[in-house]
Amino acid sequence: MTGFAIQRLLQAIAVMLVMSAIVFLGVYAIGDPMELLIPPEAPQDIRREIVARFGLDRPLWVQYLTFLGNVVQGDFGRSFIYNMPVLDLILGRLPATLELTLAAVLGATLIGVPLGIYAGYRPDRAGARIVMALSILGFSVPTFWVGLILILTFAVSLGWLPAGGRGATVELLGTQWSFLTANGLSHLLLPALNLALFKLAMMIRLARAGTREIMLTDTVQFARAAGLAETTILRHHVLKLIAIPIVTVFGLELGSTLAFAVVTETIFSWPGLGKLIIDSITNLDRPVMVAYLILVALLFVTINLVVDILYAALDPRVRRGRTA
Amino acid sequence: MTVPLLAVTGLCTHFHTRAGVVKAVDGVSFTLEPGQVLGLVGESGSGKTVTGFSLLGLVEPPGRIVAGSVRLRGQELVGLPTPALRAVRGRQIAMVFQDPMMTLNPVLTVGRQMGLALRAHERVSRAAARARCVEALTRVGIPDAGARLDAYPHQFSGGMRQRVAIATALLHRPAIIVADEPTTALDVSIQAQILHEMRALTRDSGTAMVWISHDLATVSSVADRLLVMYAGRLVEEGPTAQVLRTPRHPYSRGLLDSLPAAATPGDDLRQIPGSTPSLLALPPGCPFAPRCARTSDRCATPPPWVVDGDRAHRCHHPLETPP
Ligand SMILES: Nc1ncnc2c1ncn2[C@@H]1O[C@H](COP(=O)(O)OP(=O)(O)OP(=O)(O)O)[C@@H](O)[C@H]1O
Ligand SMILES: [Mg+2]
Repeated sequence: MTGFAIQRLLQAIAVMLVMSAIVFLGVYAIGDPMELLIPPEAPQDIRREIVARFGLDRPLWVQYLTFLGNVVQGDFGRSFIYNMPVLDLILGRLPATLELTLAAVLGATLIGVPLGIYAGYRPDRAGARIVMALSILGFSVPTFWVGLILILTFAVSLGWLPAGGRGATVELLGTQWSFLTANGLSHLLLPALNLALFKLAMMIRLARAGTREIMLTDTVQFARAAGLAETTILRHHVLKLIAIPIVTVFGLELGSTLAFAVVTETIFSWPGLGKLIIDSITNLDRPVMVAYLILVALLFVTINLVVDILYAALDPRVRRGRTA
Repeated sequence: MTVPLLAVTGLCTHFHTRAGVVKAVDGVSFTLEPGQVLGLVGESGSGKTVTGFSLLGLVEPPGRIVAGSVRLRGQELVGLPTPALRAVRGRQIAMVFQDPMMTLNPVLTVGRQMGLALRAHERVSRAAARARCVEALTRVGIPDAGARLDAYPHQFSGGMRQRVAIATALLHRPAIIVADEPTTALDVSIQAQILHEMRALTRDSGTAMVWISHDLATVSSVADRLLVMYAGRLVEEGPTAQVLRTPRHPYSRGLLDSLPAAATPGDDLRQIPGSTPSLLALPPGCPFAPRCARTSDRCATPPPWVVDGDRAHRCHHPLETPP
């Protein structure tokens, strides 16, 4: 197991190095931020001085190595626009996105998996058909449209829930969180629902497909022959068997939503990372873009690592294969 | 006359599929006494497994027991509500399946799976449950059972895995075990061991068995009586030795002839010509007629079940008993 972990860690580092180089090159190919930052009528010497201050006059590979050296020390540079350390900027926005994402992915899993198991267990029931119709809807309706409809219905027409913002927050562990106050929760509900719909549909599909397949196996029939109740079979045998694909998708969804909740955050004016990255792209705020993309890559690498380790915990056959 | 341990009469289990009604089990009757081993033998698709499932009420839609009765010590099981059936499964009648790789859950430890089976019928503490599982595993010949409880199925060999399944079935000391080809998926040497051990275990505890197999050689080494099944119906029944010596039904004869022991060395094994008919389109008369050498015009009508003392058969032209 230790050998496996070390090997995976080295792989992860290699992936991160390659990713950072690609991101660095890619972002620097997009355009020159100085065009936006410095007024065209500024005198040459001031222009040169600003360029030198940001280190943009040096060769690209020097810039990259300097950047890499700084990153290793936890310094991602300063934002051109906000003129503050990028890491602080990103970490300041992260909690908002984190709580939105967790609410959406956890909610989708906790609701979707039981619904999917039910739909897979009794595929012919009317309830199962309704669940499946719901999941088709969740798959096919675009997120931005659902977001607008949610706002129109619950915020504008009914006036039950706020249309945007984070609402009241409470400080915990040094940052502000919405989910700890009633007002914050009411702000969180609609955007979380908006984000969760697609994931809910996916979790339902996954759980249903797995359950249907497993219900037909001898494992279930043998458990029945031993006198186990159906609920016991579902809880202990089926749930454990379908856990592997669900954990995978959970991890991937968590990562991709953390990174790309852009549409929902924009519609609901949720002050998270998505909003930050959109702004940084329009302003060609390179350090923010680079840091953001590298952190996203890091996030995915970490999640994949955790999922791999969870596999080993969930499936004893994997454990043997890796340690042998 | 006393009530038999298990009395099956006119059992019909049909599958209502889109293509039509599959009469997988069609009018099967037999009785089972304590300690007795019944061998249920027939080609693949003859309805043996469905018969076994029917005894436990385990037939899933589109299948249904459409007629007949299964009485356990006089108590009717057909039509019993599920909770009452569940109380019978595993405690009165247990079942062992063909492939232990498929029956055991690969992601649960053996102890956990056995614990679930134990708790299906008894409220026991964790420690007591472990002790019971260790005892059951030891009884089926698993060495160092205490340590093996925390192992996963893939960490056992095929034979050991089947022993785990058998131990699970024996947890509640059921009166009847339905063993559905429990040795078919195993190596030949292990087959013989398991066969022998199961026979010993059931003999010691007076457990009755329905031993299902497509292999006449295997069944005849354990069974007291043989039931020969063809296309969902019983075609012959009798004490094992007698059926082997003087089969009455041409199908039983065919099964015997296709055994390696029956052939002269060097000759090809004699196979029964043709294959199992589709249960969707059975001929009105004897379903074996198209494959039978002794067929006549009479075979277009259904042959009756002829009982003759200890034996019975369903054939218009039974083979004569040699003098
Ligand atoms: N779920 C089902 N739907 C439709 N038909 C079924 C179903 N299950 C079983 N059958 C039919 O019932 C018949 C008997 O099947 P069964 O499994 O009892 O045969 P078997 O004698 O156990 O054969 P084998 O030796 O291959 O295990 C088969 O023809 C099969 O097609
Ligand atoms: Mg079978």
